[in-house]
Amino acid sequence: MNLKIVVRGVMATAVKDIKIYYKKPPVFIFGLILPTFLFFAFFVGRQLDMEKYYPGFLAMALFFTASSVGPLIIPWEKQAGTFERLLSLPVSIPILVLGDTIAGAGFGLIISLVIFAAGALLLPFPITLMAVVAIPLLFILGNLCFAALGVLLSSPAGPVPSNIMMLAALVRFPLIFISGIFVPLAEMTGTARIVTMLSPLTYLVDGFNHALGNGGALPLVLDLLMLMIFTVVFLLTANYILKRKSLKGL
Amino acid sequence: MPAIEANGLTKLFGEFKAVDDVSFEVPKGQFFGLLGPNGAGKTTTIRMMIGVLRPDQGNVRIMGVSMDREPLLAKEKLGVIPEIGNVYPDLTARENLELFGRFYGLTKRTRMERASALLEELGLGARSDEKIKRFSKGMKQRVSIGCAIIHQPQVLFLDEPTEGLDVQSRRMIVEKVNGMNKAGCTVVLTTHNIEEANRLCHRVCIINHGKIVALDTPERLRSTFEGARSVEVTFDRVVECGLFFDQCITRAEGEGNKLRFYTSDPDEAMNKIMQVRDDLGLTIISLNTLAPSLEDVFVKLTEMSA
Repeated sequence: MNLKIVVRGVMATAVKDIKIYYKKPPVFIFGLILPTFLFFAFFVGRQLDMEKYYPGFLAMALFFTASSVGPLIIPWEKQAGTFERLLSLPVSIPILVLGDTIAGAGFGLIISLVIFAAGALLLPFPITLMAVVAIPLLFILGNLCFAALGVLLSSPAGPVPSNIMMLAALVRFPLIFISGIFVPLAEMTGTARIVTMLSPLTYLVDGFNHALGNGGALPLVLDLLMLMIFTVVFLLTANYILKRKSLKGL
Repeated sequence: MPAIEANGLTKLFGEFKAVDDVSFEVPKGQFFGLLGPNGAGKTTTIRMMIGVLRPDQGNVRIMGVSMDREPLLAKEKLGVIPEIGNVYPDLTARENLELFGRFYGLTKRTRMERASALLEELGLGARSDEKIKRFSKGMKQRVSIGCAIIHQPQVLFLDEPTEGLDVQSRRMIVEKVNGMNKAGCTVVLTTHNIEEANRLCHRVCIINHGKIVALDTPERLRSTFEGARSVEVTFDRVVECGLFFDQCITRAEGEGNKLRFYTSDPDEAMNKIMQVRDDLGLTIISLNTLAPSLEDVFVKLTEMSA
């Protein structure tokens, strides 16, 4: 495999996605407006300790924004007939999956950094060595992980973007309720805790709790490792599904 | 080394064999036509050759590079113009061309220079910074061509590129592709337009039911069907076809005063026509002897293979 062509293909795919899909209305709706509404619905007007719940809200915003671009790209391209054309260029399915993931992660990174900066101004957190090391890693891994989830959600797609946006909503909403955002992980026991462990978002919430001085329920290294494992699993599964569909000429 | 080598290409969709052991070579610089009725397997064959679809059996080499082992390198050598102008409607014409150039590793300066030159050449210079979504089908197809050739490919695949286009766009596309072929680019064209294939292609391959039924130059294919030669006569009044039946005339067809007689011996057929003319006191307004057209060959071959 020619590494130079692979890197070039990944970057060209990401640039294409950034130019075209960042401005699409569903990205704004599912990536920006929806988490804002959720913030107002769950956090505003209630007697909540904002410092306690801020890491969860930050993780939720990152989750929604990073996973909002991916579900759109493949169905949109299939509808426009450009997906097949892309495959005739010097790219392969793994290259497209990686490029789409990087584009999704970029969008998530920009928005979540803005929220993080605003949050840091309103709710200052202690700047420790762990925070300096963990925050960049959590932002990078979290965005890659949920952007890869977005691409995975779109991989079984036909040429109808709205179907996949619905499927994406069906998967994403339950995740925010089982990930320690509204009920802290340390307070969970039994089945609820086991179910929570199956969600990748749990590890990001817990990681942010560590990094922002709230103390996590799991070791930080485990949080980072699990985000990495989920990212790889999402990428490999998306790649597998798209290749299977491609063999069938779909 | 041929520009394209297809060896034993086979593709199954479930139980259905869409392409069945298709093999051919296309020498460098040749204009090669792939003809066949709808559902014959042309597009599936092309999709395997451009690396979009993986064959169940067989392999393809583009300029000596295996599509199976080195797909990225093989794809760098080719350009594809699909039937529909599959370009990005949210980008401008220039952005589309530059984006495709990026996939082929062209530098920013080269991308800009080539995009400007191509857009001018394709008659889109004045609208190069407009979004494609406002373009007509013909204009989108011209942008699509620009995207396919911005990296100056050695092999160009065209899948029914002029289908449903206006005359001006069709002519511009044909001229551009013909010019590229004259400059040394190998071209593979799939089309329903047999006249276009006859005019442009050095060699044609006729596919039906996923199999090759003929592969030769248009001239040689036509000469294979001597019995499909014909004499076309226009009389001064309406004449019944049945009056001309003879051993030397295999088939007669026509309407009103214009009749066409298929024969393997035009001289004998002409004698019979003159005999009927004298018997009925007819006047001949026009008389032509016609060689079988590529369309006649196509129809015969696809009928025979059905």
